[in-house]
Amino acid sequence: MMGWMIPPVKKQSALTLVFTFLGGVILLFIIAPIAGMYLNASPGSLAEALGSEEVRDSVWLSLWVSMAGTLLFSFFAIPLAYILARRSFPLKNVVNGIIDVPIIIPHSAAGIAVLGIITRESPLGKAADAVGLRLVGKPAGIMLAMAFVSIPFLINAARDGFAAVPERLEKIALTLGASPARMFFTVSLPLAWRSILSGLILMWARGMSEFGAVVIVAYNPKTAAVLIYERFTSYGLKYSAPVAAIFVTVCLLIFVALRFAKKKA
Amino acid sequence: MLVVEDLSLQVGNFALRDINFAVEKGDYFVVLGPSGVGKSVLLESIAGLLTPAAGKIFLRGRNITAERIQKRNMSIVYQDADLFPHLSVYDNIAYPLRSRGEKQADGKVTRAAEMAGIADKLGRKPGTLSGGEYQRVALARSLAADSDIFLLDEPLSSLDAKSKSELRALLRKLNRNGITMVHVTHDYEEAVSLASRIGIMENGALVHVAPPEEIFKHPKSEFIAHFVGIKNYFKGMVRSISGSDLKEFSSGGMNILCLTDVPEGDAFLMIRPDEISISYAVDTSSSRNKFKGTITDIIPAKLGLEVTVNVGVEMVVMISSDALKSLKFEVGKDVWISFKASSCRVYA
Repeated sequence: MMGWMIPPVKKQSALTLVFTFLGGVILLFIIAPIAGMYLNASPGSLAEALGSEEVRDSVWLSLWVSMAGTLLFSFFAIPLAYILARRSFPLKNVVNGIIDVPIIIPHSAAGIAVLGIITRESPLGKAADAVGLRLVGKPAGIMLAMAFVSIPFLINAARDGFAAVPERLEKIALTLGASPARMFFTVSLPLAWRSILSGLILMWARGMSEFGAVVIVAYNPKTAAVLIYERFTSYGLKYSAPVAAIFVTVCLLIFVALRFAKKKA
Repeated sequence: MLVVEDLSLQVGNFALRDINFAVEKGDYFVVLGPSGVGKSVLLESIAGLLTPAAGKIFLRGRNITAERIQKRNMSIVYQDADLFPHLSVYDNIAYPLRSRGEKQADGKVTRAAEMAGIADKLGRKPGTLSGGEYQRVALARSLAADSDIFLLDEPLSSLDAKSKSELRALLRKLNRNGITMVHVTHDYEEAVSLASRIGIMENGALVHVAPPEEIFKHPKSEFIAHFVGIKNYFKGMVRSISGSDLKEFSSGGMNILCLTDVPEGDAFLMIRPDEISISYAVDTSSSRNKFKGTITDIIPAKLGLEVTVNVGVEMVVMISSDALKSLKFEVGKDVWISFKASSCRVYA
């Protein structure tokens, strides 16, 4: 009996070994360049970069502008995700496709597209101008560029989250006298919350690391991604690596902390 | 109280055709039918979760066919997975109260939880409850909702035998307290032990609506005829017998000895026709129940023959054609029937 059972076990462990090796190559591919970047930045240069107001401002700008964009756009993205998860309507597939467009187009093109709608000649730019809000070259414009390229992550995660909430629970809430709004806020939203939170984190992280679209909308004020690029083109790898290391560290710390918080939620 | 008129509806593979029935206040109406005939669709259309293609639904004389779900005041309890998993038992029960804007939910939540027997589980999350506790919480929540009607969709199907009988007792208690029930099931034992009236559903149509005795003794549908055991269906009283593990079931002047754990009081008895023997002389086996009677009818069944014997009440006995031929049973002949006390199926 035992002799009969051994071969499949052996086969499986060989497969596991091969897959572990292949998977390890990928992990190394992700870890090695980042590790190399840290190795390229000497402690002295790191301290110098940390002491620079320009560096600190750029990191802070990236963080808060992306956060502001994520929160602002979530008010629109979450309801859209709910509609996409629950209702069927003509051309729903087309709408789902449109949502993914920012992911597939080149980000420089995305930047040009965003710039096109926020210049002072555009209706949106004119409207903003009328209330005294400048978009191009300002944090508000950067926020739009970041949101444009990162919003699909939130919508897709939230839609999947809502789709996973059993529709029966929503119906039961209604039979128990809840209004549709109360049903949404007490049943659908809390049950989809993990996915939505995951989408918010992804959108924030993707937004703050955006370079291509942001650099076209606003070279100044500089986000961390733009500053890294500027230091690289002006001074070379040696001067850009410490800024990159600092920004990547901040991103990773936030990312890990939020993942941990989400696990606890 | 609830009147359904000519209700028709098509959802996916399920279609309801011209459903008509009325449920009085305090009724326990059971819709009995095999799986996949549209029983759940019927409940969901009454609750407003599905919109009927045709027909009308009246509640307390008011046409609610187009009424919004949250205004119907009917709560629905499913087989499983109907509690809000992210809320505690307390918050689940308080949900309908808060939906109505009631600030002081404590008293009502406690009363509903006590009634359903889960007052000690209020702090738990639904995922930590046993199957029986889970359904009790669902019922407590419907109690708190103060619904006009409880719509029960196979509420006992995923429970073990012990929880099933405990839950049945709770459902009976709630019904005795005046709650109107509409319960759908494929389990005839559930129907027998709970229903004041039964509607038989076949292929999306309600083919027979009547009290249980009539449904089982004069089945209009093959589905019911299939449960041939129910032909011998009696309403009566159970009494204990001192010094014996048997109990006496009395109905229509006949006393039957039964092996059952059903407590004294009103009960139903069923005996499967294939568990009754028929002979010319009183048999000497261990059977506790032996009655003399006269054959009043012999009709062919799907397998063998059904012989009706009047022993004070009519009993249907299943025999083979071979037995009929060799023993020459005929209408009008006097015979003895016998069956074991353990063949009695008694339901409180």
